[in-house]
Amino acid sequence: MKIGVFVCHCGSNIGGTVDAAKVAEAAREFPDVVFTSDTMYACSEPGQDGIIQAIKDNQLDGVVVSSCTPRMHEPTFRRTVERAGLNRFMFEMANIREHVSWIGKDKEANTNKAIELTGIAVEKLRRDQPLFAKQFDINKRVLVIGGGVAGIQAALDCADGDREVVLVERESTIGGKMAKLDKTFPTVDCSSCILGPKMVDVAQHPKIQLYAMAEVEEIGGYVGNFEVKIRRKAPYVNWDLCTGCGLCMEKCPSKKSTDRFNEQVGSTTAINIPFPQAIPKKAVIDPKFCIKLTKGKCGICAKICPTKAIVFEQQEEIISESVGAIVAATGYDLFDISKYGEYGGGRLPDVITGLQYERLLSASGPTGGHVKRPSDGKEPKTIVFVQCVGSRDKSVDRPYCSGFCCMYTAKQAILTKDHIPDSTSYVFYMDIRSPGKMYDEFTRRAMEEYGTQYVRGRVSMIYPQGDKLMVRGADTLMGTQVEVEADLVVLAAGAEAAVGAPQLAEKLRISYDKYGFFMESHPKLRPVETNTAGVYLAGSCQGPKDIPASVAQGSAAAAKVLALFAKDKLENDPMISLVDMKRCVGCGKCVRVCPFGAIKEIDVRGEPKAEVIETVCQGCGLCTATCPQGAIQLSHFTDNQILAEVNALCQL
Amino acid sequence: MPALAGKELRIVGFLCNWCSYGGADTAGVGRFSQPTDLRIIRVPCSGRINPLFVAKTLLSGADGVLVSGCHPRDCHYAEGNFYARRRLEVFKRFLPTMGIDPDRFDYTWVSASEGQRWQKVVTTFTEQIHKLGPAPRFGFAHEQNPATAAAC
Repeated sequence: MKIGVFVCHCGSNIGGTVDAAKVAEAAREFPDVVFTSDTMYACSEPGQDGIIQAIKDNQLDGVVVSSCTPRMHEPTFRRTVERAGLNRFMFEMANIREHVSWIGKDKEANTNKAIELTGIAVEKLRRDQPLFAKQFDINKRVLVIGGGVAGIQAALDCADGDREVVLVERESTIGGKMAKLDKTFPTVDCSSCILGPKMVDVAQHPKIQLYAMAEVEEIGGYVGNFEVKIRRKAPYVNWDLCTGCGLCMEKCPSKKSTDRFNEQVGSTTAINIPFPQAIPKKAVIDPKFCIKLTKGKCGICAKICPTKAIVFEQQEEIISESVGAIVAATGYDLFDISKYGEYGGGRLPDVITGLQYERLLSASGPTGGHVKRPSDGKEPKTIVFVQCVGSRDKSVDRPYCSGFCCMYTAKQAILTKDHIPDSTSYVFYMDIRSPGKMYDEFTRRAMEEYGTQYVRGRVSMIYPQGDKLMVRGADTLMGTQVEVEADLVVLAAGAEAAVGAPQLAEKLRISYDKYGFFMESHPKLRPVETNTAGVYLAGSCQGPKDIPASVAQGSAAAAKVLALFAKDKLENDPMISLVDMKRCVGCGKCVRVCPFGAIKEIDVRGEPKAEVIETVCQGCGLCTATCPQGAIQLSHFTDNQILAEVNALCQL
Repeated sequence: MPALAGKELRIVGFLCNWCSYGGADTAGVGRFSQPTDLRIIRVPCSGRINPLFVAKTLLSGADGVLVSGCHPRDCHYAEGNFYARRRLEVFKRFLPTMGIDPDRFDYTWVSASEGQRWQKVVTTFTEQIHKLGPAPRFGFAHEQNPATAAAC
């Protein structure tokens, strides 16, 4: 076997703390290595051409590139060696950037470590075999989890691309957080006027199957062939019969139910349609407040319903769907403001979140668009906005910036002036972060045109005095303490991962960060893909995002899905397990351990043997570590290869 | 390939490709400086690791072995790390029987986003191994010194 080793300088990224030339020189001593060189940028066009030339000139059988992480450029170099006529699996990579040059400053130690890592790559490559992919059929339906604006966009784009879409929404209506907004920044567009038509499109699209009040229960399978179980909660109303007339809402005697859509500002009836533009526009009974369900009496709605749609005995059901790709668009939740005890959120009725204030401003909200204090219904004249409540604050474990609060506060300050012209708004802020198109101009308008008083500094406490709220804080530009007598305080609560996001990530087998936001495959170059093939991300489930970014990501995820579905067959990753029939004793341990059901027991001349279903195997190697005989081996990560790496490292 | 005499000990890490290898990458991208002793062997899943690899590594002269995978419940292959956890926990208890200090082996969970955690894990483990010092090279004396081997 003839091996070529290419050591990359990566400019000064590697070259700065690793002597790449020395690594290349030392690599010449490794067994089977016939050619080594160091190159400035191995991944660049001249770098790749150099590799191809060297393969041809030296008739190399395999290539090792010592450069960055294989998670970044392994596919790049696999294509390179393929272009030179080698099998793309006759390639190994040594990670001397992320794991060496960037984490250590000692050049001698780094160079030594880089030589060793190159050495184990050579030892592994010596035992590599050419591998060939198999093709398998794909199911060209897509599951979109979450019906907020990102999910809606992804669903519509996929459906317009002629693919069947299953849209699963936890609440009884799609629309997500955007549907709760009154206006959107920086255009002050009416939110439901721009989202409403999209929601209707979802309802009317022949390619979209919408499951509202449903959650993903279980996900099995792999790219192209996912099996999904969806748990549909019971609305206690037969939605096929319900016409959304709203008669039941008028007559329901239980009028004190939690109004989830209006963010608990005001209350609603036990049977309700969340808001007039709801999609699907169907009634839902809240079992916690329904007198019939809690006490067994009442049943008025069932008596007056013109279509006899009320079913008090309804049970939740499990629906199975087969899809080929999944878009997660589960959005975010607001930070729980009661964690700031000194602000009195949750304790003082007139300290509310931005989203609650949004409902107060909205014409379809509980007050019909008249701003009224929750405590006594009076119109507030002095309103204080407090920014960064649950963002950029390590003490509540939210060190990140939520990104959109500066803007929604500016918008709400502007809207407040429109609603109550003789009002005064104060905004306590740390900095203003408004990097989007027309965003900075918008916040300036709030200050200059609408006379909003921006005070730079944090609020230390809020306490009631008479029917007012005293807001005590600092003005760090003036260097003084300030105190504002407010009628209403609006806390710009930051964003956090949606409830249940980590659990969903576990079902999807994707990673999530320590705050519960889903991890993209690469923060810059693969922002909507995950490390699990066929699972894509859209919107705030990946991190706080405003509407344009969520919509853009929804479309981007849809583009990825459509690109995946453009092929009729997918190729599997050939790094899969293979059974040595001579050694297999048919004990069946591998069959039981495989998480994908990729191994089946077959009969070979009257004896049980294991066989791998090649297109189903995902290459985890659980079976290989389990097999007592060593009969089933994961290609490219065989026992011999890993032990060869160990040997290379432990040679004395 | 001798470890850098005097400066380094020989520590081998088996890392799953999806979480911990990614976490080590994240630590690199974040320039979180770490001791240079650890050499990483990439495996697809922590469930791929046969405890005998670890035994073989320690018997071949490594001073420490670290295994790291995805956090339990967060495995790319659904349940690989559960198998890893069960096998490695049993294996750790078995180490003294082989005459190996169990402190020379550890397994942990680091996700792809936890660069800082990886830095901490590596630093702590390396310090632990340095405290223990080089592993006794029992049974392999002749490999170290050809002269004594000839004398045997």
